[in-house]
Amino acid sequence: MSQQSSNYKDYEQSVEPKRPLLKNCIKAFIIGGLICVFGQAISTTYMYFFNFTEETVGNPTTATLIFITMLLTGFGIYDRIAQFAGAGTAVPVTGFGNAVISAAIEHRTEGFVQGVGGNMFKLAGSVILFGVFSAFVIALIKTLFSYWSGM
Amino acid sequence: MVFVWSFVIGGLICVVGQLLLDVGKLTPGHTLSILVVGGAILDGFGLYEPLIDFAGAGATVPITSFGNSLVHGALEEAEKHGLIGVVTGMFEVTSSGISAAIIFGMIGAILFKPKGE
Repeated sequence: MSQQSSNYKDYEQSVEPKRPLLKNCIKAFIIGGLICVFGQAISTTYMYFFNFTEETVGNPTTATLIFITMLLTGFGIYDRIAQFAGAGTAVPVTGFGNAVISAAIEHRTEGFVQGVGGNMFKLAGSVILFGVFSAFVIALIKTLFSYWSGM
Repeated sequence: MVFVWSFVIGGLICVVGQLLLDVGKLTPGHTLSILVVGGAILDGFGLYEPLIDFAGAGATVPITSFGNSLVHGALEEAEKHGLIGVVTGMFEVTSSGISAAIIFGMIGAILFKPKGE
């Protein structure tokens, strides 16, 4: 019995597809880079036509990218790109938008309060939690440090 | 030139994410959380702002910038109002990512039907 199961494990390992690490990284690099270039194009446009500075342009760019993500998610295109690009679509802010929007659409059948409202941040909640909490700790340390050294 | 650097830096941050997924065998949730915390730590040392000057959207579009701008808002407010600003200023700079996600999430839920796949 144990002989058989160890044989099976060997067999399983021999047929399990290896993760194509290099290929995945190249895909993530290209798609992720392209999304950032697209964001840069939006930023440049906003700075040129509206009175945004380099510091303030980040917010409208993010909002525009998430709006486009909504359309791509709703029509089921984002998932297809994501299957190809892996972290290339997950790491840019569009991935955050996709996590929120797809959860909202998916749970719509359970109603707007319990379904959409309750599940919207199911996936993206941890990003907000750890972002906010780590920012709190870091800013607290820095502020206290500047008090002590600046007294 | 900023387009080239935004491509390279943005792509490289995504490769870091891909490595965490494939080599670290982490879930996407863990990977993104680590990247956000990483961005916050980089800003704590004052290293993220130079990266934005250098790479533009290559540094502001990846989720790491979320951590960066949270720290930024907290510190700016702390300078003006003291320690309480660390709590109150948190979303001063980075409101748009979350508000846009909520607003468009709701609109998306109204407009689109879930795909049965």
